[in-house]
Amino acid sequence: MTDYILGHINYWIIVLLMMIGLYTMMSMPNLVKKMAGMSVFQTGVILLYISLGKVEGGTAPIIDDGYVLYANPLPQVLMLTAIVVGVATTALGFALIVRIKEAYGTLEEDEIAAMDDSE
Amino acid sequence: MISLVIDIVLLLFLVVMAFAILRMHHLLAVAMLFGLYSLLVAGVFTVLDAPDVAFTEAAVGTGISTVLMLATLAATRSTHERRRKGVAWMPLCICIATGALLIYGIHNMPNLGDPTAPQHTEVAKRFIESGQAETGVPNLVTAVLASYRGFDTLGEVTVVFTAGIGVMLLLVRREKPRIRGEQHDAK
Repeated sequence: MTDYILGHINYWIIVLLMMIGLYTMMSMPNLVKKMAGMSVFQTGVILLYISLGKVEGGTAPIIDDGYVLYANPLPQVLMLTAIVVGVATTALGFALIVRIKEAYGTLEEDEIAAMDDSE
Repeated sequence: MISLVIDIVLLLFLVVMAFAILRMHHLLAVAMLFGLYSLLVAGVFTVLDAPDVAFTEAAVGTGISTVLMLATLAATRSTHERRRKGVAWMPLCICIATGALLIYGIHNMPNLGDPTAPQHTEVAKRFIESGQAETGVPNLVTAVLASYRGFDTLGEVTVVFTAGIGVMLLLVRREKPRIRGEQHDAK
């Protein structure tokens, strides 16, 4: 049982992290705050994959004569891509926020929705 | 064992930080906290034996994301979000349900760092055994990124390029009509 808890507590905290990000994204009406929440959620997903690649007693996956046990390089490569793509989408999101502010004069989602309804 | 303790402590810091981002109404403080959050994530990556990912996160996540957020705040001239009272129950219920499903989904995953876990015994094993011989690069992350999955990286570059075009279209388009209008007025 202790073994199970020690082996899984890392995943549980990461799920908690993801849910805080999801809650921020869904409940906060401010668009900048939503983007922050999305990034928190995203880092949670990336952390989950990176922890899948961890090997107990292993080292970073750089081949050297002194070591035999290495972490799994595959999730690391995929998450490297995910981080860069994530920042690209975040940049696009922020550009949309700047345009929304120009068009509506506010960053609060409910005010934007009210303006759309009154038209 | 010691690396697990450091990992858990850093992750708990991250939870505190994420909660602070949720509760904070000052958007500049949110941006700064977000930079700190990314830096801590880079620390967790180092503990989890992923230095390449940690470099990327520290450079791209901490640097570029925070700068982008600050630039957005400056461009929109917003400092505070409007305060709201109470808890949003509907999103909270969805989050708890999703979290419960995820916990249920990971309950039979192998323990953290188990060397006999299936993800370590198939493809990754081959990369580690013959990666250096086949590509000549001692860093296996680079070997997989640039050689075995090179087309993936090409796709990534395409996505970044597309996002760059999108940002340019969104932010540059507005300027032109105004300049023309002003010239027209001058005549």
